[in-house]
Formats: sequence, structure tokens, C-alpha cells
Amino acid sequence: MKNGSLIRLQQLSRRYQMGAETIHALREVSLEIKRGEYVAIMGPSGSGKSTLMNLIGCLDTPTAGQYELNGVLVSDMDDNRLAEIRNKEIGFIFQTFNLLPRADALRNVELPLIYAGASASERRLVALEALTSVGLADRVHHKPNELSGGQRQRVAVARALVNKPSILLADEPTGNLDTKTGNEILALFDELCAKGHTLIVVTHEEDVARRSRRIVRIRDGLIASDEIVKRET
Amino acid sequence: MILFTELFEGLKIAWAAIRANKLRSVLTTLGIVIGVVTVTLMGTAIEGLDKAFLKSISFVSADVLYIQKEDWGPKSDAEWRKIQKRREITPEQEAAVERGATMARAIAPVCFSQRLITYNKRSASGVTILGTTDQLLFTGGGLTIADGRFISAAESDGGRPVCVIGTTVATNLFPREPPLGKKVAIDRHAFEVIGVLSRQGDMFGDFDNQAIIPMTQFNTVLERRTGVDMIEVKVRDTTEVEDAKEELRHIMRKARRLAPGDPDDFAINQQDQILDIVHKVIGTIAAVGLFITGLSLFVGGIGIMNIMFVSVAERTREIGIRKAIGAKRRTILMQFIIEAVTICLLGGAIGLGIAWPLTLVVQHFLPASMSLSILGLAILVSLLTGVISGFFPAWRAARMDPVDALRNE
Repeated sequence: MKNGSLIRLQQLSRRYQMGAETIHALREVSLEIKRGEYVAIMGPSGSGKSTLMNLIGCLDTPTAGQYELNGVLVSDMDDNRLAEIRNKEIGFIFQTFNLLPRADALRNVELPLIYAGASASERRLVALEALTSVGLADRVHHKPNELSGGQRQRVAVARALVNKPSILLADEPTGNLDTKTGNEILALFDELCAKGHTLIVVTHEEDVARRSRRIVRIRDGLIASDEIVKRET
Repeated sequence: MILFTELFEGLKIAWAAIRANKLRSVLTTLGIVIGVVTVTLMGTAIEGLDKAFLKSISFVSADVLYIQKEDWGPKSDAEWRKIQKRREITPEQEAAVERGATMARAIAPVCFSQRLITYNKRSASGVTILGTTDQLLFTGGGLTIADGRFISAAESDGGRPVCVIGTTVATNLFPREPPLGKKVAIDRHAFEVIGVLSRQGDMFGDFDNQAIIPMTQFNTVLERRTGVDMIEVKVRDTTEVEDAKEELRHIMRKARRLAPGDPDDFAINQQDQILDIVHKVIGTIAAVGLFITGLSLFVGGIGIMNIMFVSVAERTREIGIRKAIGAKRRTILMQFIIEAVTICLLGGAIGLGIAWPLTLVVQHFLPASMSLSILGLAILVSLLTGVISGFFPAWRAARMDPVDALRNE
């Protein structure tokens, strides 16, 4: 399995019912992503890229088609099994960080470990380690509103990493950051990629997508193109 | 282990949420506080009432049987009229009981009448006059002499005009002087006061507003009765009460010449019957009282439910985040139920803290105290209120779609 497919989507469809109208957000999309890949998913708003991200992140279930993650069929799992998968296999990084405002950085990072059932001492150790790895060892007891945007996103990255997931799933990770801090986060992604993490970044910014190794473009619920990024230098 | 961790985390989160909305939490808790205070006080009052009733009927001891025409249970008018037509209990039947009862320690016939008693210019009205024998002192529970002595055997046989008076009569007629040796007039007949009874209590009629005279005097001077109102029988041993009752019934049936198939036309009453009535009455009071006070707790519960719905709506995004990083439905459900339960238990604890000094006030009127069972009940009730009122909001939170929840601003 080491170099097999981590993610295998087969004719995945997702329809929404909006009143009398049926919206085809995703139409029979098939896609494979291997372990260790760094993939950008691009597309204009309304293209279906968010739907695709939600499906890959197991936040949503497809209307039709199959999704295998790590060789396990997840497309027909129930709510609770999906929660377990999200907890263990997927690390989310959101555009708006989505940290709990009343909890400090350490507690935010501990959260996935709580749901995984880790003991208090173990949680603390692992969370501190994760925060150190994103360069926030001196900010562990700061609440989100006491941190800068870049620092908040680092906390979110630490939280995403803490359960050693198979995939890091970032949704417009630099969308709420200025160029400089955005670049810092992207540099952190490069580092994570180099360490062997699988990264999927959903973005509509060409610059951000260019940092990845593979760009999948979505348009009208279909894959419009799937290309390997040529490294310039 | 996971369950314990989740429980502990749920408590932490609940506490943080309660602290984050202090005013709202205080107001919501107030509803439960009021509910618990009223329910606790009502429970305490009912327990006190129960104790007061039991104390007041303690003069009817468990080992005394009362042979009468009517039984003590509640009855309809028709039944009443039927009982009134029953034959009297005659002195001959009383004699038969005295001869035949093997398990009795003491037997006393009693006649009742209401009369006016006067002394000089003072008078006591509505006094219950008991015509009886010296044996009443040994049958009736709680009859004790405060001053002087009781009627002697010779007096009850010979019928000397003497009387023993209750404390109410004594204070009414003799506010300043000692009553012993004085001659009072019952229906213009002179009776010498030879004793004063100790205080008995007045929950079921005023037992202190009475005067006891020898049966022979009662029947010669006051009235000319052919029967007695009651035969009091003290049983030798409490364990023999049922056997003694059966024996008495047998003697009475024979003395009244009842055919084998006929129903009893008399009753043998005992303490249990009073207890039954008392418990029925108190049970009704308790049910009605707790229902009404329970309503206030119910209103408090609705308040909690309301605020939990608000809390869930406000924290939709938080729920989304928690779900995205692996919180299961159960975890979210528990988190919000724990929050509701925490508010309720807090309210319950504060309510008990307020109710406790109030029960001390109640103690002035009733022999009430906050018992452990009431304490436990109050805590259990607030816990249940929390679980029930927290369930629906928590259920809504647990079933949220993570994608929708995360999109919520």
C-alpha cells in the first residue's frame, strides 16, 4: 500500500435539492491521489471544488459513486464512523482558521486528541510537540484573539497534524492572510510535504496552486484538467 | 476511558460556557432555584405534617381496641344512617367481654356527653363528659394525671360524685385557685374535683376540654342510658392484637345473638384505621402540593430548554468545528446535556442552600426537618430536569450537518 492510492474517487456525484431545483455540484468525478502528493484543487466559485473538498474530508457523503480512503470504502459510512475517520485520517486547515475562541492554543490543538480518547498527559505532550513544530512553543497559552492571523493558522496546522492524519486538507489556507504571512504558511506546507505528508489545498489563487506539485482544475462539477506542476528554477 | 474523558471534557466545556454568559446563566438558574426551593419546602412541610399527625394520634396506642357501633373509616350518608340504627352496646355485652376476654389487660366502658360545667360564676361549655370506670386509666393511652388522682374502684362502683378534669376545663374554671377539692356543677349536680389530667393535644378535637366521672354517676345523675358508647380494651401484648380482636368479635357476636351468616352490627376499631385515614389525607395533600410546586420546576425546566436552544444556535460554528475534527454525535449530545445538567444541579444546590434556613422557620409550626430523602430527591429532580430539558437542544446540536454548521457565521 505504501505507494498505492491514498484517495480513490470513482464516479463521485453530489446533488443538492434547492427547492424544486436539483443542483449537480459534482458529476461523476474520478480522481486518485497517492500518499505524499501535494495537490492543489482549483476552480472558480460554484465550480464544485468545495463540495469535492467536503467529500474528500468526509464531512459530506456522495449521492453516487465510491470513495476509498486508505483502501477503506468510506462513501457509505454512517455519521459516527465518518467522525472517527475525520478524527484519525484527516487534518483540516480552514480559511477562517476555525479555532475555538474561548480555548487557548494548547487546548485547541488538544481537541482532536480528546476525541481520540488520549489521556491528559499524553495530550499535553503531543500537543506541545505539534505547537513547537509549527514554531509556536512560546504561544501555547494565548487565546486565538491574542494571536496574529499567521499564528492562528499555525495553531490550526498544529491541530491538523496532532493525530498524525493521512491527509492534510486545506481550504483557502491563505485567503485571510496577507502575502507575507501567507507565504510563511505555504513554506510550512513545503516543509510538511518534504516530511512525507499528503497535502490537498483548495484554492482559487494561481500563486498558491503553483506551490503544489499537481493542479486539478474543476469546472461545473467536472475535472477540467489535471496537470503536474513544472518546477521553475 | 473515552467516556470518562468525554464526560470530564463536557463538564469543562459546560463550565466555560456558563461562565461566558454569566447573566444569562444566573437568570436561567434562578428558575431552577425557585423550583427546587418550593418543591423542597413542600416536601419538608408534608413530612412535618405527617409527623404532627402521628404525634397527635399517639394517645391511641397500637394495643388498644375500641368496640363501638360504628367503625372509624370514612362513610357515606346512607351508611351513616344505617349504622345509627344499629342496636346499642349494652352493659350486659360489656360484662360478657369482661368475662370472656382472655387476652385483655384492662377493659373500660365509656359513655360520652357534651355538658356545661360551672364553678361559681365561671363556666366551661361544650365539655365532653366521659362516664367510665377506674379501668380507663389503664386502657387509654396517654391518660396521665397532672395533679390529684384518678377515680378509684370504689368510686366507680359506689358512684360518689367526683370528677377528673382536663387542663382546658381546669384553666377555664380555676384561673387563680387550685381546682382540687372544689365542687363544680355539671348540669347543676355537684361533683368534687379529685384530679387534673395532663395536656393531651387537640389535633382531633379538644381532648383537654373533658371531664371524667364514674359511670354510675353518669347514668343516674346525668342521663339514663341503657347502653355504652364504647368499650376500650387494652390487649396484654401487642403481638396478640389480631387474636384479641378475633376473640372480642366472637364474644360480641355471641352476646348480641348474631346468627352465623349475619354481618357484624358493631365494629372493633384500632389505631391502624386512624393511620389509614391519616395517610390517605396526607397522601392527597402531598400529591396536590407537589404537583403545584412541581409546576414551578417545570417552568424552570422550560427556561433551561429555551436557553439551551439559544446556546446551540449561537454555537453552531463551534459544533461544526468539533464535528470536523472528530466529535461524534454522542459527544456533542453529551456536551450539551452536561451543560443543562450543570445549570440545573447548580440551581438545585443553591435552592437547597436557600430552602435549608427556610425549613428552620417551618420548624416553628411543624416538627419538620430537611431529611436526607428530601435532599436526595431535590438533587435527583434537578438532575432529571437537566437531562430532560437539555435533551432536545442537545439532540438538535448532535444531528447538525458539519458542512452546514461550518458555513454558519
